[in-house]
Amino acid sequence: MRSDREASAPFGLKLAAAGGLLFLHVPILLIFVYAFTTEDKTYQWPPPGFTTQWLAVTWNRPDVWEALTTSVKVAAIATLIALVLGTLCAAAVSGSRFFGREVISLLIILPIALPGIITGISLRSAFSLMDIPFSTWTIVLGHATFCVVVVYNNAVARFRRTAGSLIEASYDLGADGFQTFRHVVLPNIGTALLAGGMLAFALSFDEVIVTTFTAGQQQTLPIWMLEELVRPRQRPVTNVVAMVVVLVTLFPIIAAYYLTREGDQVSGAGK
Amino acid sequence: MSDTVALSDRSAPAVLTARNGVLGALSDLFWRKPKLLLFLMLLPPVLWLGIVYLGSLFALLLQSFFSIDEYSGMIKREFTLKTYGELLQPSNLDIIIRTVVMATLVTIASAIVAFPIAYYAARYARGKWKALFYLAIMLPLWSSYLVKVYAWKLILSKEGILNWALAKLHLTGLLEAWLALPIVGGNSLSVSSTGTFIVFVYVWLPFMILPIQASLERIPVSLIEASADLGASPGQSFWNVIFPLALPGVAAGSIFTFSLTLGDYIIPKIIGTSHLFIGQAVYAHQGTAGNIPLAAAFTVVPIVVMGLYLWMAKRMGAFDAI
Amino acid sequence: MIAAVSFENVSRHFGSVKAVDQVDLVVQPGEFFAMLGPSGSGKTTCLRLIAGFEQPTTGAISIFGERAEGVPPYRRNVNTVFQDYALFPHMNVLDNVAYGLKVKGVPRIERIRTAEDALALVRLPGYGTRKPGQLSGGQRQRVALARALVNRPKVLLLDEPLGALDLKLRENMQEELKALQKTLGITFIFVTHDQGEALSMADRVAVFNDGRIMQVGTPQDIYARPASRFVADFVGSSNVVPPDFVKRHCQRDGWGSLRPEAIRVSTETNGTGIPARVVSVSYTGAATRLGLDAEGLRLHATVPVGAIVPEQGADVVLSFGANALHVMAADA
Repeated sequence: MRSDREASAPFGLKLAAAGGLLFLHVPILLIFVYAFTTEDKTYQWPPPGFTTQWLAVTWNRPDVWEALTTSVKVAAIATLIALVLGTLCAAAVSGSRFFGREVISLLIILPIALPGIITGISLRSAFSLMDIPFSTWTIVLGHATFCVVVVYNNAVARFRRTAGSLIEASYDLGADGFQTFRHVVLPNIGTALLAGGMLAFALSFDEVIVTTFTAGQQQTLPIWMLEELVRPRQRPVTNVVAMVVVLVTLFPIIAAYYLTREGDQVSGAGK
Repeated sequence: MSDTVALSDRSAPAVLTARNGVLGALSDLFWRKPKLLLFLMLLPPVLWLGIVYLGSLFALLLQSFFSIDEYSGMIKREFTLKTYGELLQPSNLDIIIRTVVMATLVTIASAIVAFPIAYYAARYARGKWKALFYLAIMLPLWSSYLVKVYAWKLILSKEGILNWALAKLHLTGLLEAWLALPIVGGNSLSVSSTGTFIVFVYVWLPFMILPIQASLERIPVSLIEASADLGASPGQSFWNVIFPLALPGVAAGSIFTFSLTLGDYIIPKIIGTSHLFIGQAVYAHQGTAGNIPLAAAFTVVPIVVMGLYLWMAKRMGAFDAI
Repeated sequence: MIAAVSFENVSRHFGSVKAVDQVDLVVQPGEFFAMLGPSGSGKTTCLRLIAGFEQPTTGAISIFGERAEGVPPYRRNVNTVFQDYALFPHMNVLDNVAYGLKVKGVPRIERIRTAEDALALVRLPGYGTRKPGQLSGGQRQRVALARALVNRPKVLLLDEPLGALDLKLRENMQEELKALQKTLGITFIFVTHDQGEALSMADRVAVFNDGRIMQVGTPQDIYARPASRFVADFVGSSNVVPPDFVKRHCQRDGWGSLRPEAIRVSTETNGTGIPARVVSVSYTGAATRLGLDAEGLRLHATVPVGAIVPEQGADVVLSFGANALHVMAADA
């Protein structure tokens, strides 16, 4: 009996899958073409010519740099907070069974399960109720809230795969709680945390919906782009920024993928 | 044997003394009272999410029971259901229905487009291809939302690649005929409901692929072999065995596509008609109009719809597939 | 002499489940002690109580005369070989073995030397730089053993240590473990559900069922003189015979146990004995196992190689020596 694992896929399926993947990727690839077009007034296709001049123009734009700096700063701080909160929560939830465990995981997932606009407007009205002025910190507050889930998910998955007997083995061999955390738990979940942190960074770096509600005068890169989208003023610069954003988020995603994959192999090998 | 001597020590104590210092004492304390450790670990995240998130959410819901004074434009902080009554006005009902219909269509279309990709990735892709497939789904999922929307602005614009390609294929007439239709049509694709729909499907598609793939991967090959062994044709095996088992994955994916469409306000603003979606209404009411109570009441709609949806999805077993 | 491990009326309840129920137990120093029982019988919980992963709900546990309740596992001079070995996947073999010494603050040079000695002891010299993932099941088991022994434990606990190995390897390891225990003189307590393993390795065996100890004794005791129907049933493949059968054949009261190899099967149907019919014949290598129907009772008998093997459906006559039928006390 041959399973369909060995058989090759029907032509129709291949076509549909390939078509779907093209649909997913062609638009992003187009961004790379447009970043080098000589046309600066319309979105003309095919581009009348190619140039690298817009890279230099963008490089010399202080507003782009400022938005980029804000974005990186916000993403870094939000990631740090999310790492601490997400790891604590994952350790607590996977380490023991307690009453209200389900409620905790629901609470963590809620900020990403409910539409971003709800998180955004909630925070905004809370800030205004409490007279908290908008600042970089109000953006961070919002971002950290929905980044926790990413770290949490990664850490929980790894905790689940890390055999409980490893921790018992460490205790058994004379290591106390802190030594066990340092020598056994941390090395085993380290790559998962790194991956979670990178995804949280990418998520925060890219977030726009919540940010529109929690930012005052501060512009993150996505906010800058959103304004360009609504009222296009400098299309070529926007094209270049879009390309840079794709490249900046690309790296942590690929890195996170390889980190969690390696980790799986390691923790699986101990079985 | 010298090893033997080194490895057996008859004089050693059976119970060792605690490690010196604060850490040793703390470790013993946590070991004796694991609940204390659990409490201390849960405290920061629960406080953060409880205060920052649930607190704000609660404050918002509270405001939906306030109303706005029609003359002064000030918020009256008294309990009333008047704001919810406003939701039922035809213009607002329109917005709600439009959004829910769009979310439904987007969900169905995503499932149709996603299934072959997920199916191929789960059942045929092997080794290096498998990794490549996974990345090919993860990259669009995680790459910038705005960039993706922007890309479609480029594609759908009048002078863009889609019109160019249709012209090359001599299909421009077909597009024009479609755009001439009411509701789905418009001046050009980038200002039509069709455009909004395409971009929604595009942006949320990866959220549908991953859970379907996960549920397909969980189907043991032996089950399909058993089906074939019992005389089912590949098509019968698919419809009777694979498809029902993949349904929880579809339901899980639909949670994302549905919820994300309900709450989005940027896509219909950038690519779409002037008719509002819930997200846009919320944004408009809280922003320039300053009508926080109505905005809050509007946000209750997706919460309620999602609540119902999650309840149904749970009954279908979608949560096992996330 | 102080007991290596002693349980006094120890119970461990999980909610309403009595995993360990009023157990009294004494393990002598230097003893190779087996805890045998089906899964869920409480044997593993007992092991975890000694290791310190579980705390008794009631009762007292002492290890070499020192009270162990409330003492965390990391402060007990007791080490465990885990069922899944629990080798740290991120450390190489040598670091795994040296881990216990490291957390106790033994200087690096000394702990590496000691760890290498321990690896040599389990016949894995030079494997230190490998990762656990690169080892075979049997090798991992040895590393787990070395990692526990390097700490010079007063008691070594082994949780189904051979469960994951294949038959051939298991038999070798049984002999090796036994020899190792004799040389080191450390008290070994091991948990198993395999009665053959328990009987062949242990000095004494405790048979567990439903959180209680049914019988403690030497393998010979347990095998030849089971205290109850459960023990007779679980240990070996004894025929458990009802009181009326016992009454008829040796005029005593109570359930009896009759070992298959003690039954003589004769094809001479006119001889004296219990008439029976052969229901099944299965060849097991060392002997042939017969399923018999005698007076409506289902019995098993083994026929040694070389003896005449009756065919299925044949009428036979059974007989056994007067002391082959062991009469058990009324079952609790």
